[in-house]
Amino acid sequence: MEQMKYTFNVEKDDFVLAGQASSNIKKLLRQLGIDSGIIRRLAIATYEAEINIVIHSLGGCIELEIDPSYIRVIAADRGPGIEDIDLAMQEGYSTATDKAREMGFGAGMGLPNMKRNSDRFYVRSEKGKGTVITIEMALKAGA
Amino acid sequence: MLIRDVSEKIGLRVLAGNVGLDKELTGLYICDLLSWVMAHAGKGDAWITVQTHSNVIAVAVLLELACVIVPEGIEVEEETLQKAEVEGIPILQSSMSAYALAKAFCKAGIE
Repeated sequence: MEQMKYTFNVEKDDFVLAGQASSNIKKLLRQLGIDSGIIRRLAIATYEAEINIVIHSLGGCIELEIDPSYIRVIAADRGPGIEDIDLAMQEGYSTATDKAREMGFGAGMGLPNMKRNSDRFYVRSEKGKGTVITIEMALKAGA
Repeated sequence: MLIRDVSEKIGLRVLAGNVGLDKELTGLYICDLLSWVMAHAGKGDAWITVQTHSNVIAVAVLLELACVIVPEGIEVEEETLQKAEVEGIPILQSSMSAYALAKAFCKAGIE
């Protein structure tokens, strides 16, 4: 399998299409015959990253990179950035709007869910610029 | 047990996603916070929620949930029903509360 790259745009406040990129990524990985347990974990982590872009940013994109030894998802947004990453990583902490909360989002589980469902997980954020989240899954032991 | 069999036993009304009724239903999960569901619901669970927007279907697809059940006669947006049809996720409606539904599921043999 050669390395493959895909990009999916994610719009701010588009709650109707939210989840579409994650869903497309899941379908792609299934077509490639990736282990279903890996797909499930990556789908959960990617969905959370996608929802965060919709709720908290001014828009962004999700890049999917598939290599014989790993799958990498990079969710990058333009926006306010995360002020305190340690605080944001705590379960239950959320800065979501009332509208998002009414829809069942903003439980403060997004970043913890991403970390729990990734083999490797990185958050980089710059105030006033945006956030880049990297989620990696190993496809071979030690990758 | 198949979703169709449980649905008939309990008397649920199918609002959308008929095509998915012959999938296996293995458990039940009740919650309205989507991230909480993402963290804890299991593959094959029926999901009882009062949320009716179309993102509910995205969560159900990603987690490979068996179906979505709306309690207490809650109506579901047309957009959500259409998405459920496309994705083959049954949306079932009941006049019962989530608690009464959980009891009915136990009686039907889903424990």
